[in-house]
Amino acid sequence: MAEVRTISMDNTIPDTRVELCGITMDNPVIPASGTFGYGYEFAELYDINCLGTFSFKGTTGEPRFGNETPRIAECPSGMLNAVGLQNPGVDKVISEELPRLAAVFSKPVMANVSGFSVEEYVRVTEKLAAQDMVGWLEINISCPNVHGGGMSFGTDPCMAGEVVSAVRKVTDKPLIIKLSPNVTNIAEIARSCEAAGADGISLINTLMGMRLNLRTRKPIIANVTGGYSGPAVFPVALRMVYQVYDAVKIPIVGMGGISSAEDVLEMMMAGATAVEVGAANLVDPYVCRTIIEELPVTMERYGIRSLREIIGAAH
Amino acid sequence: MKQVILTITENTALTPTTWRMKLAGDVSAVTAPGQFIDLRLDGHFLRRPISVNDVEYGTDPDGGDGTVTIIYKVLGHGTEEMTHYLPGRELDVLTGLGNGYDLSDAGEHPLLIGGGVGIPPLYLAARQLMQRVRDGSVKDVTVILGFNSEDEMYYVDEFEELGCRVAVATADGSCGVKGFVTDAFRALVTECGSLCIAEAFGDENDPDSEPEYVRYTHFFTCGPEPMLRALYKEVYEEAGISGQMSFEERMGCGFGACMGCSCRTVTGYKRICKDGPVLRTEEILWQK
Ligand SMILES: Cc1cc2nc3c(=O)[nH]c(=O)nc-3n(C[C@H](O)[C@H](O)[C@H](O)COP(=O)(O)OP(=O)(O)OC[C@H]3O[C@@H](n4cnc5c(N)ncnc54)[C@H](O)[C@@H]3O)c2cc1C
Ligand SMILES: Cc1cc2nc3c(=O)[nH]c(=O)nc-3n(C[C@H](O)[C@H](O)[C@H](O)COP(=O)(O)O)c2cc1C
Ligand code: FES
Repeated sequence: MAEVRTISMDNTIPDTRVELCGITMDNPVIPASGTFGYGYEFAELYDINCLGTFSFKGTTGEPRFGNETPRIAECPSGMLNAVGLQNPGVDKVISEELPRLAAVFSKPVMANVSGFSVEEYVRVTEKLAAQDMVGWLEINISCPNVHGGGMSFGTDPCMAGEVVSAVRKVTDKPLIIKLSPNVTNIAEIARSCEAAGADGISLINTLMGMRLNLRTRKPIIANVTGGYSGPAVFPVALRMVYQVYDAVKIPIVGMGGISSAEDVLEMMMAGATAVEVGAANLVDPYVCRTIIEELPVTMERYGIRSLREIIGAAH
Repeated sequence: MKQVILTITENTALTPTTWRMKLAGDVSAVTAPGQFIDLRLDGHFLRRPISVNDVEYGTDPDGGDGTVTIIYKVLGHGTEEMTHYLPGRELDVLTGLGNGYDLSDAGEHPLLIGGGVGIPPLYLAARQLMQRVRDGSVKDVTVILGFNSEDEMYYVDEFEELGCRVAVATADGSCGVKGFVTDAFRALVTECGSLCIAEAFGDENDPDSEPEYVRYTHFFTCGPEPMLRALYKEVYEEAGISGQMSFEERMGCGFGACMGCSCRTVTGYKRICKDGPVLRTEEILWQK
């Protein structure tokens, strides 16, 4: 694609910079955890330093294979996934993935943390927070709590708050808590995370769904259910970001179905300070670069001189 | 991997359910038989992975004037949609995905075994192996093709035209050996000493020619998983011939980013889309 350069009415390039929990980003575009690996598949295609940052694959205390396959099913304007947090475990991420990443990415990265117990969240957060490359920690609380009857940490305000206070004790780096949309009152969960010391909220993770194979009459996904994401979920995600913006003062990273520069503006107007792009990376590997290139022209079209001025403008 | 816009130059039915599509443009990222391309279709979120059946690179040093051929079976909405695409239409395609077959292990007497929709990628492998026959590094190429019935057969003539020895199996016995590719394999091999000695290929035109028995050196295969399992048992475990098998899995990205297609192997977890789709018999761990 040709380089997009635009000069606005007052001869300045629209300002795409945003500040997320004390760190300034060149633009608000962040590939979402689980859809960008550890960056190198994409670094083979383009210089990934054009990104605001990216959130790497959800990391757990121990290596995980994840769920059996099939893990993927197509849906209208989106997909289901039940990867099940396949990752090499925090120690290998630190000894193998981060050094490889350092060769292709020089900005602070967002470390995505998962766990099946409070202790695991703490251990993984502490180890990743100690890495210089890590700018933010994104704590994914959508995982089931093995000690709490398998219910997801993110579906209960008390359990969510418990995880946040525990990880807060082991790092001063910005903690962004990633919420599950599979709850009745998202604002209450967000408030509980803020009260427990979170520096930011990111949402939404995937919506629980399922598909059947008409020939076999059985679920397509081996795990039976999977998480729905992609353009179809954008209105749901936008609504939740809007609600959380009203509920908390800390910044929000909005995601769910974003695939264009216009989606970015809309999500920011609903209340997001930065945005993540997930499933769209899987079908168009260049989508984040394209969005970043198109942001200035798109901002011009809507008379936006600086992205910072539109955060929460819908309220 | 390269994301390119390719132009359809041909889209025709080979059988009532199997179609061939030719796409022109930059196909320089395709480097090995057994690789696949991933097509973006109207109205479908995920791309559709289809094996490279053949590739021609053209003469443009930038690779802009090549052609890639795919053969697809109409299975669901996406492949049905593809049958309506007319020549001249442009498609957004990820090219050169996956590892592909490593032909350097073929030895002198490679065996190619394809079942149904697994046949297409073997064609490029066969064509490149026949080039090696002309170079002298490969002596002959044997191909076993399996179909449900005669009216679903395609590409038998094309493999013969390359100069391969072709054996056919049909499940209903309407053509060739009745049964599966394993039945055709058993019919090819003789009992003289070892299962993996193939039937003599004496000179057909000379009734006095002495039969010459060959031992298959390696096999390349693609097809439905039950077929792969049967070949693993009969050709690899029992006949002792190593091979390379191409697997299918439902994919998110097709280029290694999402972990949607992982499998366990002897050498650790692999992604079918990036570290596969071709796995060596030595590394395969069957599930269940
Ligand atoms: C590496 C690889 C190479 C392939 N090569 C060929 C080929 O050369 N010729 C050919 O006819 N088919 C091939 N397939 C299978 C082909 O991808 C599917 O038949 C096709 O995606 C079905 O799409 P659909 O929309 O018609 O079916 P639908 O069932 O409507 O598709 C729904 C979703 O499931 C996926 N899906 C369905 N069946 C399969 C399958 N068997 N494997 C992977 N994904 C599937 C689709 O991609 C789509 O995302 C290959 C698959 C893989 C993984
Ligand atoms: C294949 C896949 C894997 C994912 N893995 C993770 C993960 O490891 N950790 C996490 O917090 N979110 C994970 N997600 C959720 C995304 O980061 C994102 O929250 C969600 O997909 C919504 O955004 P989207 O609609 O743009 O995809 C995954 C999503 C997909 C599609
Ligand atoms: S399909 Fe995404 S890693 Fe293989």
